[in-house]
Amino acid sequence: MSEAAAGRGLWRDAARRLGANRAARTALILLGLVALLALLAPPASPWAFDSLDWRHLAQPPGLAAAHWFGTDRLGRDLFVRTLHGVRLSLLISLLASAISVGIGLAWGALAGFAGGRTEEAMMRFVDVLYSLPYLFIVIILSTVIGRGSIAVLLLAIAAVGWLTTARIVHGQTLQLKRREFIEAARATGVPTAGILVRHILPNLAGTVVVYAMLTVPQMILFESFLSFLGLGVQEPYASLGNLINAGAQEMESAPWMLLVPAAFLVLLLTCLNLLGDGLRDALDPRER
Amino acid sequence: MLSYALRRIAVAVPTLLVIITLSFALQRLAPGGPFDQEQTLTPAVRANLDRVYGLDRPLAVQYAHYLGALARGDFGPSLSQRDFTVSELIGQGLPLSATLGLAAILLAILLGIPAGITAALARGGGVDYALTALAALGIALPTFVTGPALALAFGVHLHWLPVAGWERGAPRYLVLPVVTLALPVAAYLARLTRASLLEVLRTNYVRSARARGLGAARVLWHHALRPALLPVVSYLGPAVAFVVTGSLVIETVFALPGSGRYLVQGAIDRDYPLVLGMVIVYAGLTLGCNLAADLLYGWLDPRARRE
Repeated sequence: MSEAAAGRGLWRDAARRLGANRAARTALILLGLVALLALLAPPASPWAFDSLDWRHLAQPPGLAAAHWFGTDRLGRDLFVRTLHGVRLSLLISLLASAISVGIGLAWGALAGFAGGRTEEAMMRFVDVLYSLPYLFIVIILSTVIGRGSIAVLLLAIAAVGWLTTARIVHGQTLQLKRREFIEAARATGVPTAGILVRHILPNLAGTVVVYAMLTVPQMILFESFLSFLGLGVQEPYASLGNLINAGAQEMESAPWMLLVPAAFLVLLLTCLNLLGDGLRDALDPRER
Repeated sequence: MLSYALRRIAVAVPTLLVIITLSFALQRLAPGGPFDQEQTLTPAVRANLDRVYGLDRPLAVQYAHYLGALARGDFGPSLSQRDFTVSELIGQGLPLSATLGLAAILLAILLGIPAGITAALARGGGVDYALTALAALGIALPTFVTGPALALAFGVHLHWLPVAGWERGAPRYLVLPVVTLALPVAAYLARLTRASLLEVLRTNYVRSARARGLGAARVLWHHALRPALLPVVSYLGPAVAFVVTGSLVIETVFALPGSGRYLVQGAIDRDYPLVLGMVIVYAGLTLGCNLAADLLYGWLDPRARRE
């Protein structure tokens, strides 16, 4: 009974500290609003992300206009396209974060717990991949598998995202392994798998949640980076990256095409980073 | 020092070999070939193409040939730009990319380190606050946002600098690209320098230097700055990796004919030899710079040589 209460206490404490952090709270509210807008606004709009409005080509933004954020050269509504991009970015980044944190957690915990030569080999593999700029891995993967499909994009992004988590989890596992309660569990005959699942993983939860949160903006950045270069989401689908690329090409005549998606990207990244930092401070008050 | 250097090299060389092998294997085992997007080819033409480029051989043979050719500096023919070999394309693009990267790192050092020192010395004041906020912004903004934004402001609106392009290497075409690429690195260097200098300024030997009556400038120059810059040296390796990655975007944004654009275009065209060659050259460069930064660090700080 008391153990359960203490377990809840940690998370409730963290939630309280997060709520007291003004920057993180604002970020959370803004994020919620943007996410809600991205979910609800496109279906409510008369325009689809790929519908063409021939009477309003390259229309500048205006609240009185038919298109709030203006249109592109083909007459596609930028409000709807940007929010579609936000939706896609959030979806891809959340999925990619979940995949890469999952792989990283399993890899790091196994390596740390296994020890010996297995650990050496597993972590050396991470080191090798780490020493390459991540973009090369993604470029090789997208050369190999081809472009366009979101599944491929997810795979490519997740393939590089797990390295940091693996390293952090590995380090934490090594520390945990030496603690008395693990020794006690061993002494009372808990099998290895049981120790890993019952004792190591729950103690990693705080760290993993923080890094999962900090991974999300990284993933958004990867995704838009690739889409910007033309290796990610392809026309006619909209992502923040390919919208910014299209906007950069038209910026002399239609600067809003660049500014609108860029503003949303910066807003998303800033909010997610603030939220991640707040979460880290909330879950690990010793840091500050 | 020698054994430290050898240990570092012993890590870097196998890493490069693993990268060569991995990227070779991945690219050859993948579905989809370089001739897939062309008009339908008759089987005979297809077979001839495969034979000319060696694609009909067993993988192991292809790999051995590739390694042998690599040792001679030959990356094979480009599949998408038929008149050029990969080495020629790299040779065309690399000087510009290297100039861009080097200039960006120099500019970042010139901006970032003084900014970090200023912030640390003005700790808690308005200047410190402003610089820290600027650095946070510089780190958070991706280059593919700052690049077009700077081009919009200084090119389209103010007409101070060309928006994009490259006319026979006139330096003014490089200003915006270099600044865009340097900004995040400068921001990171400023943050790093500030934190590290603040830490050093709290140490006992700085306090005793002050207690001996040395002036603030002398304490900074002779006692605090050198140890404070050590972490900055160790960041130079990752900075090179960042600049290499960033140059892909910068060359796309500003339409510069550097090797980064060949890499991106090669990936879009699924031009295996081009992508593979570029990645190996870039990986070699990055690993080489990392190695150089490690060695520099080991030379500056004897503690790092002990393992």
